Amino acid sequence: MIKKEKLTIIATEQIAKDTIEMKLKNIHVSETVVPGQFLHILMEGHTLGRPISIADIDKENHIVTILFKVIGAGTKRLAEYSVGQQIDALGPSGNGFPLWQDEKVTVLLIGGGIGVPPMYCLGKQLAKQNVNVIAILGFQTAEYVIYEEKFNQIAETYIVTDDGSYGNKGFVTDLLDQVEEFDCYYTCGPLPMIQAITGKLKGKDGYISLEERMGCGVGACLACMIPANNESGYKKICSDGPVFRAEEVTI
Amino acid sequence: MSELAVAMPGLNLNNPIMPASGCFGFGREYSNYYDLSELGAVIMKAATGTARLGNPTPRVAETASGMLNAIGLQNPGVDKIIEHEVQFLAAYNTPIIANIAGSTIEEYEMVAAAFNKTDHVHALELNISCPNVKEGGIQFGTNPVMAAKVTERVKRVSKLPVYVKLSPNVTDIVAMAKAVESAGADGLSMINTLTGMQIHLPSKRPLIANKTGGLSGPAIKPIAIRMIYEVKQRVDLPIIGMGGICNAEDVLEFLLAGASAVAVGTANFGNPLVCREIIADLPDVLNRFGFASVQEAIGKAVFV
Ligand SMILES: Cc1cc2nc3c(=O)[nH]c(=O)nc-3n(C[C@H](O)[C@H](O)[C@H](O)COP(=O)(O)OP(=O)(O)OC[C@H]3O[C@@H](n4cnc5c(N)ncnc54)[C@H](O)[C@@H]3O)c2cc1C
Ligand SMILES: Cc1cc2nc3c(=O)[nH]c(=O)nc-3n(C[C@H](O)[C@H](O)[C@H](O)COP(=O)(O)O)c2cc1C
Ligand code: FES
Repeated sequence: MIKKEKLTIIATEQIAKDTIEMKLKNIHVSETVVPGQFLHILMEGHTLGRPISIADIDKENHIVTILFKVIGAGTKRLAEYSVGQQIDALGPSGNGFPLWQDEKVTVLLIGGGIGVPPMYCLGKQLAKQNVNVIAILGFQTAEYVIYEEKFNQIAETYIVTDDGSYGNKGFVTDLLDQVEEFDCYYTCGPLPMIQAITGKLKGKDGYISLEERMGCGVGACLACMIPANNESGYKKICSDGPVFRAEEVTI
Repeated sequence: MSELAVAMPGLNLNNPIMPASGCFGFGREYSNYYDLSELGAVIMKAATGTARLGNPTPRVAETASGMLNAIGLQNPGVDKIIEHEVQFLAAYNTPIIANIAGSTIEEYEMVAAAFNKTDHVHALELNISCPNVKEGGIQFGTNPVMAAKVTERVKRVSKLPVYVKLSPNVTDIVAMAKAVESAGADGLSMINTLTGMQIHLPSKRPLIANKTGGLSGPAIKPIAIRMIYEVKQRVDLPIIGMGGICNAEDVLEFLLAGASAVAVGTANFGNPLVCREIIADLPDVLNRFGFASVQEAIGKAVFV
């Protein structure tokens, strides 16, 4: 259940260009969060929260990890926080990815840029459940590559960069028909990437994680809508998502 | 009467704090955070005659000390709201105020009449910040003649008291208040958002898909205070004040300017517990500035 919580920063480090990895200690969040959920981070001086996905969960030590890219005033401010300080957040927010319990399943994870962290959180859990995991990760350039070694431990991992400065040159979609047969795919990243993937993998069982600018982050203000094929004609990304079945919403 | 209690037409409030329309949905989400019976009242999200899907996204943008929104009155329509949402809120021991909107006078009448048929709604808040499609899109809320017309027609079909929610996007707020007063309004609610725009540098386009959005939050508080202060001196209607309220000190400022109760909107997004915290802090703040009750502070700004 979502609560307003204080999380204590126990580590913060730049791990790639403009990309910060932050480890946060909090009992409620670490004990209840599932892969795909996010924190709605509230900062003094900012009217609105910043949604940031959970990238790793350590229930034993009550730690969750987030990775964020510095793109504007809020993430810049967040990057300035130091170890020992506390941040306020609503969480865990949204719904996570459905998890397979069946060992004979192969899943494909496709992450683009800062959409990679939630894919890691999911992949790690699936690998723990003995699911066969394949990962295709796309980044702009070599400078932005994150979590390659971590993925290597849980998945057969392919890396692509837009300019070929690391891994294969091209887009994640270029590799879709080169990987082995899979039963289900999960993806998170920029919208054009998700659109290309759902287009190419039409008919496959797939789950997508979407982004939209948020107001309340809890389902009350109707800022974060996405057209959907249901009775009301829409879904809320913050509370019905951010994870959706690929054919459930219109992107 | 307790120190926080206030009586207004149709509303016996245990305290003067209510969530503002559109910033609290129909209370469901926030009922996970605290007991909604603690609130002075709940103002529901705008209701229209039939369901509306609202505007394309992005619908919100952050600004210095505030935000822009262009939700576009998305709601499931008055019948569904009565069936599901009013029923849900009726389980709490707090008055319900229905915010109503429309594109024509007939739509306002129809929505008002529907809420009058339920037992659980205590007052109507008339959101006149909408363009009238029949009159070529003239805003009800910026034209005193139109504002008076829609108020009068809604009053005719409503036993429930009608609070007209004024738009600040006008040169003469007192003229608007007087127009709806003479049309029979029971109270005023002010202020709604101020029209603004933000341009997204990378795309060089307005960030909000609707291009313009309504500015809310602390940035608009001085405008709200000024308008309530001006109206209070010239118009004899109780006022629900709003615009940027974040804490109990802000509430006292609104009371002093002339509001009898207040609504808290945008601040719920930064802190879902804000209404409850303000209610808890208010007695101390009143006492600190020499007031024994809310009632005593209303309109006590020094008018010169
Ligand atoms: C469910 C979800 C999960 C996310 N997970 C991550 C993550 O793990 N790591 C990460 O780096 N980023 C993530 N994002 C994107 C992140 O929320 C934005 O990059 C961030 O809010 C930008 O804030 P800012 O103040 O730096 O930028 P500004 O552009 O200054 O922000 C202005 C406003 O726009 C909003 N905004 C801007 N870009 C986005 C965006 N892409 N999505 C939603 N709101 C936006 C901000 O929240 C803020 O309200 C996620 C977004 C969503 C919706
Ligand atoms: C996301 C959002 C949605 C809103 N929806 C409505 C609405 O449906 N009807 C209405 O009368 N006012 C609506 N408002 C205006 C608020 O009720 C309030 O008048 C205004 O935001 C000023 O108060 P604040 O600064 O505390 O938010 C909305 C405001 C926001 C931010
Ligand atoms: S952000 Fe308010 S409903 Fe999703």
